Amino acid sequence: MSDQTRKIAYTEAVREALDECMARDDKVIVIGEGVPDPKAIFGTTRGLAEKYGPRRVFDMPLAENGMTGICIGAALRGMRPVLVHQRIDFSLLAMDQMVNNAAKWHYMFDGKASVPMVIRMIIGRGWGQGAQHSQSLQSMFAQVPGLKVVLPVTPHDAKGMLIAAVEDDNPVIFIEHRWLQQIEDHVPRDHYRVPLNEARLLFEGGAVTVAAFSYAALEALSVAKALAATMAIYADVLDMRTARPLDIEAVIRSVSRTGHLIVADTAFHTGSIAGEVIAQVTERAFGMLKSAPVRIALPDFPVPTSHFMTEDWYPGPQTIAEAVLDLIDADRGTEDYARLCTVLQPQSRHDTPNRDFVGPF
Amino acid sequence: MNPSDSVSLYRSMLRIRRVEEALAARYAEQEMRCPMHLCIGQEAIAAGVCAALERSDSVFSNHRAHGHYLAKGGNLNRMIAELYGCSTGCCGGRGGSMHLIDLSVGFMGSTPIVGGTVPLAVGVAWAATLKAGREVVVAFFGDGCFEEGVVHESMNFAALHKLPVIFVCEDNDFSVYTRRDARQPDRPIHEVAAAHGLRAASGNGSDVDEVFGLATEAVDRARLGEGPQFLEFRTYRWREHCGPNFDDEFDYRSEHEIKKGLSECPVDFYKSRLALTPGQEESLIDSLEKEIKKEIDAAFRFAQESALPGVGDGLSKLYV
Ligand SMILES: Cc1ncc(C[n+]2csc(CCOP(=O)(O)OP(=O)(O)O)c2C)c(N)n1
Repeated sequence: MSDQTRKIAYTEAVREALDECMARDDKVIVIGEGVPDPKAIFGTTRGLAEKYGPRRVFDMPLAENGMTGICIGAALRGMRPVLVHQRIDFSLLAMDQMVNNAAKWHYMFDGKASVPMVIRMIIGRGWGQGAQHSQSLQSMFAQVPGLKVVLPVTPHDAKGMLIAAVEDDNPVIFIEHRWLQQIEDHVPRDHYRVPLNEARLLFEGGAVTVAAFSYAALEALSVAKALAATMAIYADVLDMRTARPLDIEAVIRSVSRTGHLIVADTAFHTGSIAGEVIAQVTERAFGMLKSAPVRIALPDFPVPTSHFMTEDWYPGPQTIAEAVLDLIDADRGTEDYARLCTVLQPQSRHDTPNRDFVGPF
Repeated sequence: MNPSDSVSLYRSMLRIRRVEEALAARYAEQEMRCPMHLCIGQEAIAAGVCAALERSDSVFSNHRAHGHYLAKGGNLNRMIAELYGCSTGCCGGRGGSMHLIDLSVGFMGSTPIVGGTVPLAVGVAWAATLKAGREVVVAFFGDGCFEEGVVHESMNFAALHKLPVIFVCEDNDFSVYTRRDARQPDRPIHEVAAAHGLRAASGNGSDVDEVFGLATEAVDRARLGEGPQFLEFRTYRWREHCGPNFDDEFDYRSEHEIKKGLSECPVDFYKSRLALTPGQEESLIDSLEKEIKKEIDAAFRFAQESALPGVGDGLSKLYV
């Protein structure tokens, strides 16, 4: 199979990035609860323990804060740890070390030392994950100067951004989404980097700008394709890819053509990184906006477990499509609109990413 | 121990076992749409510890909470309804298996962030002391949880203030698929607790008499103001960490270990302790099984006939 045709899943792209980084640099170590176990963090660390041995691939005690500090210490001595949390929610126990130490060390000590470390964390969703296993906390991390915060959406970017993150001399929060894990994509075999500060235009339209984070970017892309196919409405879709730094230039470039901005996020509405995008675009390019920007995010409530309650909880493709139509005052009384709605119909139960997905996770 | 106590301990374990087997059997229907951690194999700890408590005593638990909830007297109907996501569930559907509560029997809450509820148990014990009450509080957690810093911070504070709290560590040797020896040095867990200043003991978590005996002593001491107690129980988790199935095809435990673990079934093992003639034993077990089955069937019916929450029902109760 050539590079152009080879397709692999997100989890495999992550695994490949780790594998290549470990092969190239013996200072790269991978640690986390379950890293060498049979499930191998959803397959993303599969085979690494066998290949690189127990001195570089570790399981760890359930001690998130302490282990984060220990990894920071190892990084100060030249190691390049990749620490993994199966849920972003577990990383909350390590907030002190991430925010007070990792993020500050280089600055606080006048650049005399740095913390080259990656902390992978996975956003959960669906199958009754509930209040403590399905949070999207990217904006909490993005608020902290000194951290880089990235949210790759495509397998291509997952590989390239993880390589860039491992090779970066700063602490990088690398946020994956449970519902992206089975997505397949063309992923080159080479060792390549995707920069940690650039949004990517996933779909070029011109009528409306939809800037989106994480899983929401994939949904926005499906909306753009559906709008184009059914209603001949062409939207720009930007996969923001990073939450810190934010590539506001890319958003402004798009808004300068469209005049309309929708920002979609997977997080709670208030304080979401989507709000920050809107604030910065408004501050810097107010004159370009023909309408008030729209934020699409989750209700300001913890996510309940019951699937009866979560039906319609998450904004989805339909929400994004309606926002686009509102902004351009599109006529909904048409057959095209009916066709759009049909195309956007979810193919699976609302609490699973696809038909094959069954619990417990 | 008098015979009626033995029967009620047996009954408590059997009931937990049958409830969880019923959950496991029906999980594949995909109507209980939430992660679920079964305690099959570990029932004696829940049953023995809770039997030593009074109704007004309190319990906190973790992700593997069904047994603790039921042994403390938590309402079965409301638990099953919770797993089905119904309005009649103990959290109105907001929690699922990983979040249970029944305040009417002192089951204060269970949550799945490892270590999350341990300091809360200490806080409840602290409040009880401040109010000069006689309440005793139990925190159930696993050997993995013992690694969390917050547990040690909690033990330190509890010892400092001689709080009436009992730390119950269920050592099934695993955190998910990771053995204790990949996470902790080779030293007894309870000795670490003792070094924190707690009175600590360990025992066989598959022997409900032993659990009950140690728990009774610990509860008495805690109630008398002798400060925090720590109980470590060895036990064996039969099924996968999360979910209804056996997962021994992953080869993470040796055949010998599996055989030994299953052979130490706390429920079966206890039959002989009932000290009944074969005929008496058979008729007792038969009647318990029937009674429990009836209760379980009724609980599933209750759930399936319950009102369901709607889309907007999650958008309330964020604040008081
Ligand atoms: C802070 C935190 N870290 C990791 C997890 C993922 N996790 C859930 S249960 C569990 C294992 C806990 O092991 P133990 O405390 O021994 O309890 P057991 O599952 O064996 O009953 C892990 C790692 C979590 N829920 N919370």
